[in-house]
Amino acid sequence: MNVHEYQAKELMKKFGIKVLGGQVAKSVDEAVEGAKKLGGNVWVVKAQIHAGGRGKAGGVKLAKNMDEVKAHANDILGKTLVTHQTGPEGKKVLTLLVEEGCEIEHEYYAGIVLDRATGKATFMASIEGGVEIEKVAEETPEKIIKVAVDPAAGFTPFIGRKLAYGIGIKDKELVKEATKFFKGLYDLYIATDCTIAEINPLVKTKSGEMIALDAKLNFDDNALFRHPEIEAMRDPTEESVEELDAAKYGLSYISLDGNIGCLVNGAGLAMGTMDIIKLHGGEPANFLDVGGGATKETVEKAFSIILSDTNVKAILVNIFGGIMKCDIIAEGVVAAAKSLGVTVPLVVRLEGTNVALGKKILNESELTIIAADDLADAAVKVVEATKGEA
Amino acid sequence: MAILINRDTKLITIGFTGKQGTFHSLQSRDYGTNFVGGVTPGKGGTVHEGFPVFNTVREAVDKTEANAAMVMVPPPFAADSILECIDAGMPLVIAITEGIPILDMVKVKAALQGSNTRLIGPNCPGLITPGECKIGIMPGHIHMPGKVGVVSRSGTLTYEAVFQLTQRDIGQSTCVGIGGDPVNGTDFIDVLELFEKDPDTEAVIMIGEIGGNAETDAGRWIQKNMTKPVVSFIAGASAPAGKRMGHAGAIISGGDDTAEAKFRILEECGVTIARSPAELGHKMEEVLGKK
Repeated sequence: MNVHEYQAKELMKKFGIKVLGGQVAKSVDEAVEGAKKLGGNVWVVKAQIHAGGRGKAGGVKLAKNMDEVKAHANDILGKTLVTHQTGPEGKKVLTLLVEEGCEIEHEYYAGIVLDRATGKATFMASIEGGVEIEKVAEETPEKIIKVAVDPAAGFTPFIGRKLAYGIGIKDKELVKEATKFFKGLYDLYIATDCTIAEINPLVKTKSGEMIALDAKLNFDDNALFRHPEIEAMRDPTEESVEELDAAKYGLSYISLDGNIGCLVNGAGLAMGTMDIIKLHGGEPANFLDVGGGATKETVEKAFSIILSDTNVKAILVNIFGGIMKCDIIAEGVVAAAKSLGVTVPLVVRLEGTNVALGKKILNESELTIIAADDLADAAVKVVEATKGEA
Repeated sequence: MAILINRDTKLITIGFTGKQGTFHSLQSRDYGTNFVGGVTPGKGGTVHEGFPVFNTVREAVDKTEANAAMVMVPPPFAADSILECIDAGMPLVIAITEGIPILDMVKVKAALQGSNTRLIGPNCPGLITPGECKIGIMPGHIHMPGKVGVVSRSGTLTYEAVFQLTQRDIGQSTCVGIGGDPVNGTDFIDVLELFEKDPDTEAVIMIGEIGGNAETDAGRWIQKNMTKPVVSFIAGASAPAGKRMGHAGAIISGGDDTAEAKFRILEECGVTIARSPAELGHKMEEVLGKK
């Protein structure tokens, strides 16, 4: 789960990380009010969306007086920002963060991710901040320093020193200041079950402070049960209605651009099913994993979500029963076809636990179902079915 | 002989008395696994479905001499159960549970270092040595004893591969689901090494997914160390970029975590590639025919 920059900064403050004073605004008036409250003579008006690359897309602007605050807020609020992370449809800005300005001496990059290879939370930091870190990794990988944290020992001061020296900080006081920042970031990462904590840029100000100018936090969905305070930060306008709806039923759904709806059990098989549809010249309309605990009702729900996508011209049900039983799927398919009036061609491939019972239920249902013998056959038949429709 | 489990394996289930724990324990027993009991704190001393229930893993090991444990405990408590198995010196732990918090697994991974325990999973279907022992949630009847080892990050894709093999009369030595979570107990290389040493295994199917670099690491290991042929499929060639984990994660894995990159590297390492998941059985048939 992602949160906005302003929410991430509220959390960071609790862990002793320095951020600039800021005010959240949902309207132009609130933005001007906020700027007045902050005082000073320079402000930054920042779009709050769950995507990076806001600056380049015109979502971050510097204001030197109240008229400019007003003009920028007016310009950014309600605007649809298209960045390299939003997709071509972009994201509409509904919230602003108005922040104080600061005098920047240098911009760094700092982050923590989970390194799968070692199974450890791992710091990454670079002397090159404020730019896309992927670019730094590609062009000058030697400018990125990584330090893994032993989970039993946790954060110890050497980690902070190693990172600080590694990004070219030498001044004794500043090394201490940076170490405090890195410790705060690690404490936050562990205490809130982050998967990614990224500060880009982390800045050194002319007055010798280390300040997190931006913040991106991503949390482990599996751990949200023990963090109601983070769950409460969820912004439903940032998430796909269908994906959220699906998640409530234990379904994992991702909408795609094609016209073949897919209903599969297991993430690997679901991806494999999309792959084989593509290999046979078709385009999947979605990724949908019904999971291992599906019931007749969740299968019905899965159908209604797939059919809510009007591009869908045919549906492929591919089930290899293990923990999931074929007869449950079959009952759900029949119930969905009846209640939703499925009019697009339906190709069904069942195998595994209770397959005979599942096939019997489908056969006795009087539904028009195109039965497939195996995975390849299913892909061929569903691609053919979409061509027949066109 | 096979790997990891056989007729001599004695299984207990942690979370035995729950609905799923009961169902899959009995399924394993029906397949022929030597199932000897279970652990559910607070229910020690009772008998469930004819098997003894213990309060602690230590007690279960002392009384039953179990040498394998299947963890079927809900996600918030699963890591704790795995840690208890490690503490009891359990040689083999199979964690089926899906949805364990990642940082819980980071602690488990650290506890595994220097312990006597091998962990399979979590978020996996388990493992099976056809005709001898099944530990997990896979449908037993699709398997047949034979000479091909299977190792996979995905549950249902493993069934798919096994089904294709059995249809072609190609049996399996052992099938191992290592699980789809970012932090797990046993990786591809661990299992490939066991298959390489196993006289009953002649060839291996390896099924991977996008994300991380476990498959490319495995490819490089295969190139250096493996004498037996490997056939591989990577799921997710059609998955759109940006729907994967955030970009900081892609950096640490070096950017070679797309299906295309993994196919390319595996091919360079001498692995036989199946571009379609429906081709796994056929490709293995070809590979074995060439021998």
